[in-house]
This record gives sequence, C-alpha cells and structure tokens, in this order.
Amino acid sequence: MRFFDCNRIAFGAVIRYPLRTGMMLLATSIGVGAVLMLTALGESARGYVGQAFQTLGTNIVIVMPGRTETAGTAPGAMVGTTERDLTLDDARALLRSPAIRYIAPVIVGSATVSQGNLERETTILGSTTDFATIRQWTMAQGEFLPNVDLDRASPVCVIGNVIRTELFGDEPPIGKWLRIGTRRCRVTGVLADQGTSIMIDVNEVVIVPVGYTQMLFDVSGLFRIIAQATDRESMDRARLDIIRIIKTRHYGEEDITVITQDAVLQTFDGIFDTLTRALAGIAAISLIVAGVLIMNVMLVAVSQRTREVGLLKALGATHRQIVALFLTEAAFLAVLGGITGLGFSYLVIIGVRGLYPEYIFMPPAWAAVGAFTVALVCGIFFGIWPARKAAAIDPIMALAGRQA
Amino acid sequence: MIKLEGLCRDFQVGDQVVHALDHLDLVIRQREYVSIMGPSGSGKSTLLNILGLLDSPSAGNYWLDDISTASMQDDELASVRQKKIGFVFQSFHLVPRMNAVENIELPMVLAGLLPADRRDKVAAALERVGLTNRADHRPDQLSGGERQRVAIARAIVMQPMILLADEPTGNLDRQSGEEIVDLMENLNNQGLTLIVVTHDPAIGNRAQRKVRIEDGRIKIDIQ
Ligand SMILES: Nc1ncnc2c1ncn2[C@@H]1O[C@H](COP(=O)(O)OP(=O)(O)OP(=O)(O)O)[C@@H](O)[C@H]1O
Ligand SMILES: [Mg+2]
Repeated sequence: MRFFDCNRIAFGAVIRYPLRTGMMLLATSIGVGAVLMLTALGESARGYVGQAFQTLGTNIVIVMPGRTETAGTAPGAMVGTTERDLTLDDARALLRSPAIRYIAPVIVGSATVSQGNLERETTILGSTTDFATIRQWTMAQGEFLPNVDLDRASPVCVIGNVIRTELFGDEPPIGKWLRIGTRRCRVTGVLADQGTSIMIDVNEVVIVPVGYTQMLFDVSGLFRIIAQATDRESMDRARLDIIRIIKTRHYGEEDITVITQDAVLQTFDGIFDTLTRALAGIAAISLIVAGVLIMNVMLVAVSQRTREVGLLKALGATHRQIVALFLTEAAFLAVLGGITGLGFSYLVIIGVRGLYPEYIFMPPAWAAVGAFTVALVCGIFFGIWPARKAAAIDPIMALAGRQA
Repeated sequence: MIKLEGLCRDFQVGDQVVHALDHLDLVIRQREYVSIMGPSGSGKSTLLNILGLLDSPSAGNYWLDDISTASMQDDELASVRQKKIGFVFQSFHLVPRMNAVENIELPMVLAGLLPADRRDKVAAALERVGLTNRADHRPDQLSGGERQRVAIARAIVMQPMILLADEPTGNLDRQSGEEIVDLMENLNNQGLTLIVVTHDPAIGNRAQRKVRIEDGRIKIDIQ
C-alpha cells in the first residue's frame, strides 16, 4: 500500500464521520489551547516583572543595612553584634569605587503634607539629584533636587502629579511653599508620569533632599543606598567594592546586604520559568485526556468497521496494513486537532493583544511546538491498541456478520 | 491446481467438538466450474474459507498450485489471497463510503499499484461487469444486482485464478441472480476457475461439476 493511498483512505474515514471528528478536534484543541494560554500567561507575568525591574534603572546595586541571614552561618557568630546604621558618609565613600558611577542615599517616611487648607498623608522620599538620573525620571515642570552636598537640608521639594492636582489644583506649583509636617519647603518641580514603576508610586510622592528627611523624621541611618555601576560588566565588581568599603568603615563587620538588579531579575526569571513549565505540564494532562478520548473513539470505529476490516483482509491486506490504516486515522485526528488548537489559540492571543497591547501576551515557541508534538504522540500512542485490535479481527467472523 | 487431502476443521464449542470438515479429499483443476451444495451447517462455507486462505485446517493438507499452504505466514497468505483468489459474498461487502471505482481498486491499492496503473484496470473490470456508467456511484446508489457486479469487478481486477462465491445470489431476486451467474459463467469461459456455494439447485445444476457435502464429507461429486 502506498503512503498517499493509506492517507487517502484514512482521511476518507475521518471526514466520513464529521460529528466524531468534530468532537475529537474539540478535545485536542482544548488541550493545545490550554497549554498555549497558560504558558502565555506565565510568559506575560515574567515580561511584566522584567519590565518593572527595568524602571529601576540599569545596572543597579542596592545596599540595605543589616545582614540577611543565609544558611551556614554559625549561630554564635552574630551574638553581640549590633547592627550599624548606613550613614551618608558610608554612601559618599562608595563613590571611591571606580566601578560605581552614581549613588543615591534614600530615606523613606510618611507625613502629612498641606498647602493652604488642603492636606493629605503621603510618602516622603529623601534622596539626591542623582536619584532621578539613576531612575531616568523626567520632569513635567521645573527642576529635580539641586545638586548640593549630601547633608545639606535645603528646604526644597519635588512633587508627583497627583499631589500637585490635589494640593494646588490649577495653580502653578513651582516656587510655592508646601508644608510637610511642621516644616515648609519650596516646590522646585513636578515629576512626569513614569508609567509602571515598582517600589514607589511616582504620582503620589514628595521628594526632598536626604538631609531634610533626616531632620524631618529625626533619623540618621539610611533606608537604602542605590548605586549605579558604570556598566553591566562591573556590577559584580561594584558589589564586592561596596562590601569591602562598608566593612572597613564598620570595623570589619559585614552588616549590610547588597543585591544586584541582575540577581533579582534572574531569580524572578527562574521562578517564572518554572511556573510556566509547570503550567504547561498541567495543561499537557488535558492532551493526554484527549489521547484517551482518541483511543475510545478509535475503538468504537474499529467495532463499527469490523466488516470492512474483514473485507480488506480477504482482499489481501496484511496485519501491518490494517494497523497502518487505523494508526494513520488516529494521527489525522490528532494532527487536525493540533492545528485547530493552534489556530484558535493564536486567534485568541491576537485578540487579547489587541485589547491589552501593554502586556506581552504570547506563548513561547517551545509551548506551541511541544503542545502539537504531545498531541500527535498521544494520538498515535493511544491509537496503537485500537489499531492492533482491528488487525486481530477474524475475517471469517467479520464477513459472516457473526461478531459477538 | 487445488488439492485437498484428508482435510479436517474442528470447532470447539463449549466442551463439544464440531467437525465442520471431516477428512475431506478434493481436487479441482484449472478452469473448472464447480458448484458446492448441501444442507445448512454441512461445512460449505468452512470449506470455501479454507480454500480462500481465510481459515486454516485443523488437520490435513491443502496444496494450491502444488505449494503447501500449511507453512505460510500472515504476509504470505495475504499476498496469495491478493494475487490468486477473488471473493464474492452473499452480502456484497462493499465499503459504503467509497464509490464503485474506489471499491474496485481497493485490492490494487493494497497491492501498492500506482493510480496511473490502476485506472485502466478498473475501467476494464467495470466494462466486464457492464457498469461503466455507474463508476462514481456509491453502494447506496446502486441496486443489489449492481452492487454484486461491483463486488465481482473488485474480485477479478487483480486477475486471480480462482473466484470463490459463497451464495452470491442469496440476497438477490431471481432475475438479477441469474444475471450474476451468467456474468460469472462468462468469466469462467474466459479461463477463471469458478467455485460457487449455493442452496439453489437451479443455479447449482448449471455447473459442469456438482459437489454435494453432508456432515463435512463429500457425498456426491458429479463431473
Ligand atoms: N466459528 C465457529 N465456531 C463454532 N462452530 C462453527 C464456527 N463456524 C462454523 N461452525 C460450525 O461448523 C459447521 C459448518 O458451518 P458452515 O458455516 O461451514 O456451514 P454451511 O454449510 O456454510 O451452512 P449454511 O448453508 O447455513 O451457510 C456448523 O455446524 C457450524 O455451526
Ligand atoms: Mg454458509
């Protein structure tokens, strides 16, 4: 039997029973669709987090006071050590590393801000002019913080867009006084909307010089030091330099935690990758269910066509030819189901992308290839038993119509 | 051409053994026209199935063209069936989703012939059974007699040596039954060995050689 004849006969059987074929296609396409949709969701979550991390700026190293314990440290090692604050001098010292281009010390707090008789509670962020450079922030009006010495507590501030509309309405805010807690400072600029951003809501923040926050909240220790490495390659160097510099300044105590943007991103990437694969695996189970359905349907087909099989045997069909015919039929069902599934999934994906263009909603190529392959393999695998059953049919019984 | 020697076929039914064929000897030469008659359950169909290599004897020997069929495996049996034997059944056994041409070319498809090589042979077979104008009709668009002609065309398209027919007129009215017998006799005149199992004496008596089977043995054999 020629290959194309085998396909022709099997395909003839596939289109002969449209209801059966339609249900098979539905089952397989749901399986393929589930794999594509879930992996697309996983990928889109990964993309979202990745994008959010980009808004932190590039080549960022974050320094936090206190040591995050990692496994393996002897319990006694930390006994008696007092955690030292990160100070402005520490921050300044970091600039000695050639691997670091900018630093921005950060203190965060919350306070009531008011103007005239309007007031609200909001996040106060103390930093320096380089903070905007690192995070690539742009201004809607005016200027960011002045480039002055770190501990100068100049009474100036930069406000987010929402703060501006809530407290100043339509009035131009630049040069006006804003009351923060019991103190006052002059508005020098309004931040532009920066889109998605993590850690701070740009629209609802008031930014003041870091020295001003020390005074405002009566603290000296920093919340974070954000450092920007000169380039990607020097990030590790920057990390090591930071640890070395601070350690020296803290009398040999390594009481800080340094995280690099890359490391965080990689961790998240790894998590989302695992998540996506797990989702794909779960969805693939529905493909196996579809395979079992193919088996069921093929078993019915075999018993429906007992006479036909008997006839083919009388006409000189071998065991192998009968197996080939029924396996081809099962494969056709699986392939058609796979193609329909891919087709519908991509239609849905295109639709979703049209509705939400800001999200990256696209299944990875391996998911499409994998789903299709699993569908095909399942279809063929679960077609083996029915095909063998067909080949084992006794032609005499079948032709006499005496099947039990 | 066909030689049966002490052929037995036993069926185990519960704890009873049915001797469907019981030490049967028979020789059939090329171009013969043989009718096989006998009461129901006498073993006619069983004999025909063994002759057509769909079944194998429990004991005894069957030589086809001087070759013993006892040692043949599935593939070899299939290939002998394909090349040397044509079957015609009481209930036609056409594939319902295929039209006349597709049904007739099935044996050639299984044999691996290319479409170009099949076309002329299908046309010739249709011509011989007088159905050239029904080529693309499906079985449900044909009368009983026409279906049996398609089945005959399918049986002879590989130009076998033997045509085995088990009650070929059983599902037909007298008129179309006789037409079918005429057609098969015509093929026999052109050299095909014809073996017909029938209940109908009018049809059985037309054969040159009349074999009567009872209880799995040959009772009468009139040349
Ligand atoms: N698969 C089987 N299992 C058990 N017994 C069988 C089987 N096939 C045939 N027989 C028995 O063998 C005997 C011969 O059967 P066979 O079909 O050859 O009869 P027949 O002469 O063709 O009868 P009919 O004229 O009714 O078609 C019968 O007694 C039948 O019951
Ligand atoms: Mg019979």
